[in-house]
Amino acid sequence: MKTDTIAAISTAMNNAGISIVRMSGADAVSIADRLYHSPGNNKKLKDQNSHTVHYGYIYDGEQMIDEVIVLVMKAPNSYTCEDVVEIDCHGGVIVTKKILNLLIKNGARPAEPGEFTKRAFLNGRIDLSQAEAVIDIINAKNDMALKSSVSQLKGNVMEKIKEIRGNIIRDVAFIEAALDDPEHIEIDGFGEELLERVNDNERDILKLLASFDNGRILKEGIKTVIVGKPNAGKSSLLNTLLGEERAIVTEIEGTTRDTLEESIYLGDIMLNLVDTAGIRNTGDFVESLGVEKAIKSARDADLIIYVVDGTRNLDENDREIISLIKDKKTIVLLNKIDAPSLISKKETEEAVKKPVIEISAKKALGLEKLEKEIKDMFFHGEITFNDEIYITNIRHKTALSEARDSLSQVRKSIEDNMPEDFYSIDLMDAYEALGRIIGESVGEDLVNTIFSEFCMGK
Amino acid sequence: MSYTYAEYDAIVVGAGHAGCEAALALARLGMNTLLFTVSIDSIALMPCNPNIGGSSKGHLVREIDALGGEMGKNIDKTFIQSKMLNKSKGPAVHSLRAQADKQDYTKEMRRVMENTKGLTLRQDEVEKLLVENHCITGVLTSSGAVYPCRAVILCTGVYLKARCVYGDVSRYTGPNGLSAANHLSDSLKELGIELYRFKTGTPARIDRRSIDFSKMEEQKGDERIVPFSFTNRPEDIEREQVSCWLTYTNEETHQIIRDNLDRSPLYSGNIQGTGPRYCPSIEDKVVRFADKNRHQVFIEPEGNNTNEMYIGGMSSSLPEDVQFRMYRSVPGLENANIVRNAYAIEYDCINATQLKPSLEFKGISGLFSAGQFNGSSGYEEAAAQGLIAGINAARKLQNKEPLILDRSEAYIGVLIDDLVTKETHEPYRMMTSRAEYRLILRQDNADLRLTKKGYEIGLIDEARYQKLLQKEQDILEEIDRLQNTNIGASGRVQEILKSFGSTPLNTGTSLAELIRRPELSYEAVELIDKDRKPLSPEVIEQVNINLKYEGYIKRQLKQVEQFKKMEKKRIPDDLNYDDVYSLRIEARQKLKQIRPHSVGQASRISGVSPADISVLLVYLEQLRYGK
Repeated sequence: MKTDTIAAISTAMNNAGISIVRMSGADAVSIADRLYHSPGNNKKLKDQNSHTVHYGYIYDGEQMIDEVIVLVMKAPNSYTCEDVVEIDCHGGVIVTKKILNLLIKNGARPAEPGEFTKRAFLNGRIDLSQAEAVIDIINAKNDMALKSSVSQLKGNVMEKIKEIRGNIIRDVAFIEAALDDPEHIEIDGFGEELLERVNDNERDILKLLASFDNGRILKEGIKTVIVGKPNAGKSSLLNTLLGEERAIVTEIEGTTRDTLEESIYLGDIMLNLVDTAGIRNTGDFVESLGVEKAIKSARDADLIIYVVDGTRNLDENDREIISLIKDKKTIVLLNKIDAPSLISKKETEEAVKKPVIEISAKKALGLEKLEKEIKDMFFHGEITFNDEIYITNIRHKTALSEARDSLSQVRKSIEDNMPEDFYSIDLMDAYEALGRIIGESVGEDLVNTIFSEFCMGK
Repeated sequence: MSYTYAEYDAIVVGAGHAGCEAALALARLGMNTLLFTVSIDSIALMPCNPNIGGSSKGHLVREIDALGGEMGKNIDKTFIQSKMLNKSKGPAVHSLRAQADKQDYTKEMRRVMENTKGLTLRQDEVEKLLVENHCITGVLTSSGAVYPCRAVILCTGVYLKARCVYGDVSRYTGPNGLSAANHLSDSLKELGIELYRFKTGTPARIDRRSIDFSKMEEQKGDERIVPFSFTNRPEDIEREQVSCWLTYTNEETHQIIRDNLDRSPLYSGNIQGTGPRYCPSIEDKVVRFADKNRHQVFIEPEGNNTNEMYIGGMSSSLPEDVQFRMYRSVPGLENANIVRNAYAIEYDCINATQLKPSLEFKGISGLFSAGQFNGSSGYEEAAAQGLIAGINAARKLQNKEPLILDRSEAYIGVLIDDLVTKETHEPYRMMTSRAEYRLILRQDNADLRLTKKGYEIGLIDEARYQKLLQKEQDILEEIDRLQNTNIGASGRVQEILKSFGSTPLNTGTSLAELIRRPELSYEAVELIDKDRKPLSPEVIEQVNINLKYEGYIKRQLKQVEQFKKMEKKRIPDDLNYDDVYSLRIEARQKLKQIRPHSVGQASRISGVSPADISVLLVYLEQLRYGK
C-alpha cells in the first residue's frame, strides 16, 4: 500500500498575478518531468537536487501552456515528507486549471481538502494542533484569522498548554508519591496549597477558552443579526454597510419577507450579517414566517444589532424585541438622527438597558462608533494579534472545556474535603484533555515525574 | 552423559515467590508438576525487605488470594505486624502491609508445597532448556538428567549469573551466598532470547541488642487488623504484634557517603546493571536529592526468633568500612553491630516484551516465565506473575484459552500489560498511579472482581464461590433497599443529623442520599434506619464505598467502556506491518517487535503515536472489508 500522488491548486481561485499548483507523492517529480521543458529542453527535474528552483515552460504535447517556475522538494524534507513539486504559474483561472488537469492526466489524483496537511500529519511531519492550524490557514477568511493561525503554528498555544500541563503533572506526582510512600512523604494540608494552583491553571484555561470566541470570530466572522420593528431602517443599515442595494428598501412596512445573509468587513472585523423581517404581530402568513425566522436567528446570533426608529415612540413590538435581546450581546442603534426625533438616546438606554449609539443609516453617520463598540465587545478592548494566544479550533475548545471541568471537579473535591487521591483522578483527566490539543498522550509522564522529583523508597 | 530421569506435565524453575505460586497453581489444576530450586531450604525466601504488601503491592496480594493463590494465606499465618496504609485517604489507595517473620514465612510455604498433591520438589540447577520446532520438550539439569515435559515456567529471580557487590568485593552468588545459576543464561541466548542485566540492592542487617531504640520513634501495628486472605476473618488471625522504629540520616551520614562515592561500585563503573529509580541506594539518594538534609530510616524486625533488624531506606553497595561508619552516624545506631553487610546484586533477566500477555514466550510454545526474571521487582509482583503463568501453562496443556486480565480488571492486569508492552529498562515496581481505573481496582473488592474467575479456572472451591455470590447479593440488595427507603424530615431525624454536624432536611430523602453526605456513613444513619438487617462488616464496607463514591465510580466505569472498545479490536497474529504504509518508522519497528494482540495494547507501546493508531485502525478496517 503506497500512497498515490496528489495535486491541487494551492492558491485562491481568482485572477491573481501568480497561482501555485502543488503535487505530492512518489510520482510527483516524474509527472512534472513529462510536462516541464527547460529553456534548452535539456534539463530533467529528477536529476535536480532537492530544494531547487527551475525556470521553464509547461507544455501540453506540442503546445506551450505557460511560463513557470518549478520548485522541487524531495522526500523526506518537504511539507508532506513525500516528493513535492510546486509549479508557480502566471495565474488566471483557466491556465491554472489547465495545468492541474495536465497533472491529473499524467497520473496525479486531485487532492481532497486538507489532504496535503493530512499526509504531513500521517508522516509525522507536524502534530495535530499544527495540522489543524494549517487547515485554519487554508480556510482563513481574513487577515486577522491568518495571523492567528500563524501564531498558533509558532507554538504559542502549545507553550501555554505545556506550561499548564507541567503544573498539573507536578502536583499529581506529589500526591502519588505521597500515596505510594505514605511513611516518607507527608501530604496532609496539601489541598489548600493545591487549590491555589488549580485556580491559577483554571484561570489560564478560561483565558484560552475566552480567546476561542475571538479565534472563531476572526476566522468565521461574527454572526450578526439585525432586528427592529418594521421600517426602523434595518435594511438601510445593511445596505449602507454593504455599500450596495442588497435588500429591498421601501417605505411600506414588511417589505423584507425573509432573512438575508451577507458577509461584510467593518474595518478589519468580519460580520456575517443577517437582515430580518421586522418583528411585529402580523396577519400575513408569509411575513409571519419571516418574523419567526428572525426570532430564531436572533437566538443563535453572536451579536444583535437592534435598530430603533428615533422618529417613532417605542411600542409593543419594541418591547417584544427588548425581551428577546435581554440576555444577548446587543448593540442598540438609535436610527434616523438626521430626521426630527421623538425619543432621545437617554430614553432609549433606560428602556433597553444596553449601550445605545446614535446613527443615521441613510447618511452613514455614526458607523465608526458601531465598529468600535463591536471591537470592544468581542476583543475585550484588545486587538493586537501577534502577542495574543488564540484558540481557533472547536476540538481544542472541547478539550479545554473538559480540562476546565476537571479542574472545577478538583476544586469541588478539595472543598468537600475528599481524600487527596480523588484530586489526582481529575487532575489526570485535565492533563489528558490538554494533551489531546498538542497531540501528546499520558504515557509514562506521571511515573517519570514521580521518580525525578521525589525521593522514594526503601 | 545425560539420561532421562522422569517425565512431568510441567516444570517450574525456581522456588521464590513466583515459582511457588506457579507450581501450586499447576499442581492444583491437575498437572503433574516438578519444581527445581538451588536450595530446598530457601523456598519462598525473602532476601530483602521483611514485609509483604504496601501501596499497590497489597492490592496484588489480595488479587492473588481472590484468584486462589497462596501468598495472602501465607502472610496471614506468619505476620508479626499488620498495618493498613493511607487509611485517611480514599478507599482506592488503602493498602495493606504486614511485617513477616521471614523464617516462618519460608517454613509455612514449604509446608504447603510439600503437602500439595501432584507437586514434586527437587534440589538441582537447570542448565538447559530443550526445545524442538519452537516447542519446549524438557530441561537438562547440572547432574546431566533430562526431564521431559510439555511446559516450563522460568522463575529464576535474581539468580541468573548473579553477582553480589559492595565496595571492591564481588562474589558470583545469589542472595545470602546461595549458589547462582550460571548456565541457563547461555541456553536462553542460544534460543534467541534477549537478556537484560538489572541490579538491585539491600541494606545491612543489624543486631537488635546493639540498637538504642530510645532515640527512635516507635511504629506500631494497627489495633484492628485486616487479613490479606478473603478466607480469613480478623479474629482468626489476631496475635501479639511487634513494633518497627523510625530514625533519620543526617548531614554527617551524607558527608561520609559523599567523601567515599568514588569507592562505590555504582559510581566507579564496577556495576553496569540498571537499578530501580524507586528504590535508590542511600548513596543515590544523597547524590540525586542533594537538598534533602535527612532521609528516613526504618528499623524492621526480621522475625520473632532472630535479633536481626532490617535497616530500611539505607541499601548500599559502599565498602564495608564506609558502611560501618555510615550506619553508626544514624541516631540510635551509634553502636550498631552489622550482622550482614548491605550489597548490590546484578542479574540476568529478559526483555519481557518477548512475552505474550499470557506470559508465554512468543517464539517458544510452552515456555512461560514470571517474576524478577521478567524484569519486575518485589515479592508481590513476582507472585502475581507466577500465579498467572502457572494458570496459563496449565490451561495451555488443557487446550484452554489463556487467562488474560486487562487493565480494568486487576492490578495484575496492569502489571503484566506494562511488562509485555512497555520495555522497562529498570526493575518494574507496581504503583497505584500506574492503574488508570484504580477506583474500581480496590483492595477491598478484589474478591468481587476476581473470585468468580478463580472459580471458573478451578482454584476456588464451591463453598468459597457460594459465599462470594451471597456477599454479592447482600451488597446489591442492601444498596437497593437504601435507595428506596425514604426518610421524612421529622424532628427525630433532624436531631440525629444535627448530632453528626449534618444539615437538616428540607424534604424527605432516601437513606442512600444521606449516606452519601461526607459527614455521614452507613453506620451513622443506623438510628434512622429501622429495617436494617444484620450484615457482615465486609458487606457494609462495600455498601458504604459504592454509595459514597458512586459518582466517581460511574465515571471510571464509563472510561472503562471506552478502554474495552480498543482492547476488543484484535490485531491478527500474522499482520505484516510493512503493508501498513503510513506508519512512522519507529512505530513500525516497535509494532513488529512487540506484536500487540489488540489495538488497545498497541496504543500503549511507547513510540506508537495516536496518529500511528489511526493509521493502524484505518488499515484494519480496510483488511476487514477485504481492501
